[in-house]
Amino acid sequence: MASLWEKTQAYLEPRFELSAILDFAKKKKVPEHKLSFWYFFGGICLFLFVIQLLTGILLLLYYTPSVDAAHESVQFIMSQVRFGWLVRSVHSWTANILVGVIFIHMFSTFFLKAYRPPRELTWITGFFLLILFLAFGFSGYLLPWNELSFFATRVGTDIAGVIPFVGKAFKTFILGGPEVSGATLTRFFWLHVAVLPAFALLIMGVHVILVQTLGMSKPIGVGETKEISFFPDFILKDSLGWLIILAVVGAVCVFLPWEAGPKADPFASTPLGIRPEWYFTFMFTTLKLVPAHIFTIEGEMLAIMGFMLGGLVVMLVPFLDRRAAREKKSPVFTAIGLAILLYIIIMTALTYLAPNIGK
Amino acid sequence: MKRHLNLSSRASAKGVAVSVFALSVFFVLPLCLCAQKNSCVECHLGLEDTLKTPAEGFAADVHKQFGLGCQDCHGGNPAQEDVELAKDRTFKGSPERAKIPEFCGSCHSNSEYMRHYNPNLRVDQLALYWTSRHGQLLKKGDTHGAVCIDCHGVHGIQPANFPKSQVFPWNIPQTCGRCHSNADTMKAYGIPVHQVDDYKQSVHARALFEKKDLSAPVCNDCHGNHGAAPPEVTSIAFVCRQCHASAGDLFSKSPHKEAFDSLGMSECEACHGNHKILPPSDEMLAGGKNDICLQCHDTGTEPHQTGSKIKKEIDDFVTSSEAAGTLLASAERKGVEVSEARFKLQDANTALVLARNLTHGLSLAEIEASLGEGAKTLAEVKVRGEAALREAKFRRSRLVIATVFILLLAVALYLKIRDLKRPPTRPE
Repeated sequence: MASLWEKTQAYLEPRFELSAILDFAKKKKVPEHKLSFWYFFGGICLFLFVIQLLTGILLLLYYTPSVDAAHESVQFIMSQVRFGWLVRSVHSWTANILVGVIFIHMFSTFFLKAYRPPRELTWITGFFLLILFLAFGFSGYLLPWNELSFFATRVGTDIAGVIPFVGKAFKTFILGGPEVSGATLTRFFWLHVAVLPAFALLIMGVHVILVQTLGMSKPIGVGETKEISFFPDFILKDSLGWLIILAVVGAVCVFLPWEAGPKADPFASTPLGIRPEWYFTFMFTTLKLVPAHIFTIEGEMLAIMGFMLGGLVVMLVPFLDRRAAREKKSPVFTAIGLAILLYIIIMTALTYLAPNIGK
Repeated sequence: MKRHLNLSSRASAKGVAVSVFALSVFFVLPLCLCAQKNSCVECHLGLEDTLKTPAEGFAADVHKQFGLGCQDCHGGNPAQEDVELAKDRTFKGSPERAKIPEFCGSCHSNSEYMRHYNPNLRVDQLALYWTSRHGQLLKKGDTHGAVCIDCHGVHGIQPANFPKSQVFPWNIPQTCGRCHSNADTMKAYGIPVHQVDDYKQSVHARALFEKKDLSAPVCNDCHGNHGAAPPEVTSIAFVCRQCHASAGDLFSKSPHKEAFDSLGMSECEACHGNHKILPPSDEMLAGGKNDICLQCHDTGTEPHQTGSKIKKEIDDFVTSSEAAGTLLASAERKGVEVSEARFKLQDANTALVLARNLTHGLSLAEIEASLGEGAKTLAEVKVRGEAALREAKFRRSRLVIATVFILLLAVALYLKIRDLKRPPTRPE
């Protein structure tokens, strides 16, 4: 007598051709070498994104995106809703961990030169995902409508307003007016739960399909290596990483639940020590340190243009690094990557170790 | 030809216009500058010390901002470059110290004149001044008493709402203290000189200087400003009631009111003091470390025993409130959200504030009723705090279970991965 599992398989097989997908996964090989550890960060990103999606959907049950109710609804989630504290803390903590892991994934991919042909589009879609998740972080930070997030958003959008030519219009568009207000909260909510997830799912879909069809890139200079099957070997190793992350997130959420903070008061003076989320602090500190004017050009504007140009170079690196494209080592690009990484680390550290710098 | 003529006449008209403009620039403008010339300031800036100071200070003077010049107070003609010609028949020079109030009052008491500059400014300062202790001294011919310039300055006078003004709230203790903290000046009048030092230790000074609360009282809020005089014993209570109306009302209904009136005692000052009004504390109540009831009531007497009961009620409530606060703080440290319970605790402490105020009325029943309401809220806070601690315990225990489960799964996965790495055993 056929078991329930067998019956289900028999029903699904002609409809979804699951065996074909399974065969593909079994046939697909992942190279195993001394640097293959870095391959797992992509999977961790995906796992954290799924957590984000699930906890975000649950938060939507109680969250109210209005000036009068946003903070109150978050406090209600944290204090009254059964396991609400856990869902919100997991959402906030994993959001931060996710951005960190995306950075690790991006830099490891950069240093392994995994962007070389034919994986240029995998790199570019990955770069867009980084931007999208930074936008997720920025828009989500305001939603609890607390003091810190309100003033950090004010500072952040002021910075956006400095972008040459389009800055003012862009700032007015994202704020829904000249100042951070109820309209901004509605827009950020719209962005956070509708626009960004739609784009993220689309681009992530393309990114994952590209990774699956093109396979994992082997670093330059690594010759013939042992290979393991994607399923079940690689997936099982990936799952081990996910379990460790899950245990860490659980412990962090119990001992350090994400606070709701005091409600934002738009008429209050800006509190001392306002800074954006940690992943924006390297830009924030740069803007504090940059001189008011450099060769008659406004310093802030120049710094923002520098970041935009830097971002463009990083995005287009598969087309710029011609040596890597020919499977040759490209120390210049390794040095550029190291310089960018060091810059981000130093500026981020300065934000926390020398908060009064540049004042 | 006609067109040519038209062009040339147009050109000549243009030339005339340019010439007129040039003339006006070269001749009229210097004339205008001449008209604005102030030879008093120019000349005095070249002098030294006391003769230079007025010209320097006047640059930031409120009178200058309203378009007044030296001649408006001192007469003379500032347009004249020659000293003798500048000091014409209208020149008044510096007024004598005794005449300063009338000198300033000639404008400041004239409502019609003052209306041009500031219709909101009072014009009764001079009248008030003559009622003040300073004014009365001057009337008797004592010119050591304060006149307008001692408080407001001379040249460089700022509006009272300007933070650098000598009469801005946080500068007033220093302004009054210039004379009232000077033992030599005060010796002749038999007035002590510790008032400003005492005030600086008071709860009012703390509000003003530490919290920057400009509504906190300074010298003039109790003594008056232009009509400054020490309040009489009977009027002190009315002065305090300007801000502490509720405490005053309660006192008026208390048995103390009649007793104080019959003994001719000041009301608030008897317990709280005057310049050195320290933050009130429960220790001022009967049986406390600073028991002020002992000033009139011996230990063991019925009034003192009532006071002791009031203190015990309040002390017990404070102990319960602190315990509830500790409970919530402990839950917060363990990561449980207790903001609602914190609001409740605030409500309970409002009952304590009310009860402390009710001590002015000496009604034990009313105090007990207020604290009773607060105690109900405190009990609720305690329940919530304990629930929060149970929740913290629940979270930790479930975390341990979940982590053990995850780790077991991880170990199982690890073993499976290791198993996969082994080469398959060949069938025999």
